[in-house]
Amino acid sequence: MTRAQRLREVVAGVPDPEIPALTIDDLGILRDVAEERGHLTVTLTPTYSGCPAIDPIRDAVAGTAAGAGFADVEVVLQLKPAWTTGWMSEEGRRKLHAYGIAPPSDRAIGCPLTQVRVACPRCGSRDTRLVTRFGATPCQAQFTCGECLEPFDHFKAH
Amino acid sequence: MNDAAEYALRLGDDALVLAQRLGEWAARAPELEEDLALTNIALDLLGQARALLTHAGELEGEGRDEDDLAYLRSDREFRNALIVEQPNGDFARTIARQLLFSTYQLALYDRLCDSADDVLSGVAGKAVKEVAYHRDHAREWTLRLGDGTEESHRRMQDAVDWMWPLAAELFEHDALTERLVAEGIAVDPRALRPAWEHFVGGVLEEATLTRPETTYAPTGGRRGEHSEALGHMLAVMQSTHRAHPGATW
Repeated sequence: MTRAQRLREVVAGVPDPEIPALTIDDLGILRDVAEERGHLTVTLTPTYSGCPAIDPIRDAVAGTAAGAGFADVEVVLQLKPAWTTGWMSEEGRRKLHAYGIAPPSDRAIGCPLTQVRVACPRCGSRDTRLVTRFGATPCQAQFTCGECLEPFDHFKAH
Repeated sequence: MNDAAEYALRLGDDALVLAQRLGEWAARAPELEEDLALTNIALDLLGQARALLTHAGELEGEGRDEDDLAYLRSDREFRNALIVEQPNGDFARTIARQLLFSTYQLALYDRLCDSADDVLSGVAGKAVKEVAYHRDHAREWTLRLGDGTEESHRRMQDAVDWMWPLAAELFEHDALTERLVAEGIAVDPRALRPAWEHFVGGVLEEATLTRPETTYAPTGGRRGEHSEALGHMLAVMQSTHRAHPGATW
């Protein structure tokens, strides 16, 4: 295993500070770990332009790498290509659902949110209604379930 | 400041100033969901502004970073369009501004995805998905208020009438945009107008609102000639940074 591969294994487990059930690898924002002439670089792609989690994530990646004995790791942010929920792993979607957040569907990318059918993560009912397209974080929207009457968050397809 | 830096500053200042205005709704929107929505939109715009101002500073090459540009310029040095600096007014006026501006910004970013400037195309590629939500949000509220009660209709029409003349500036071109369009960096603002007219016109009609007829079209933002409102807004936005230079949290 190369140094870059070992570093990738180490930083892949860094949790998202806003949805700690997910790692940065689950979210698909860990784009690359590479070594060039002894210099290690970790590349991250932010979810939304204004996502406030990206600065703590950057610090956590650098700190985790240093803690595992990787000195002088450079963490770079790359905007292009833009992040999409299509990069979220299946494992990540399962974890989201178990955490109580309805995961995004790839088929819904680009569809108006009012036309997306979202299943309630608690009772599984599809009788759900969009409350507001902007939720607790930029990547989520609020829904309410007509069956169990519970409100829940949906991670928007993006 | 060179052309490319100045252009990035125009785009960044539009996003920054509107983010600050929308942030003023925090804890005072008509309902909790709107508190979240308006501040989420502000957050998206702030993220875009940070990337664009950082880029402007790098293109300028004089060592200014995003904070220097956001907090240490006076109103005459800001390059945003007049529409984004306008006080929020009532909720309808904020929504009218969002409808007019985000329809413009969505068309702009959509074309900017093909810019020869890699940072601009990167910011645009990410932001275009966000602004699609902003425009949707403004459209839905315009419909609800315009085609709502007599009172909501009257106030939404007032808001559209008030904001409308300020939209014209968004489509103005000048020597700078012409030079950058020729280099494949900028989008010609004039080219965005037909799609904007079509979308906004459609929403107004569906909302039973009347498209304002006016030739009044104030301008000057891109040259640093602003309305009185911007200076007051900046005084609030910049005071902490100026009182405690270099402070972080």
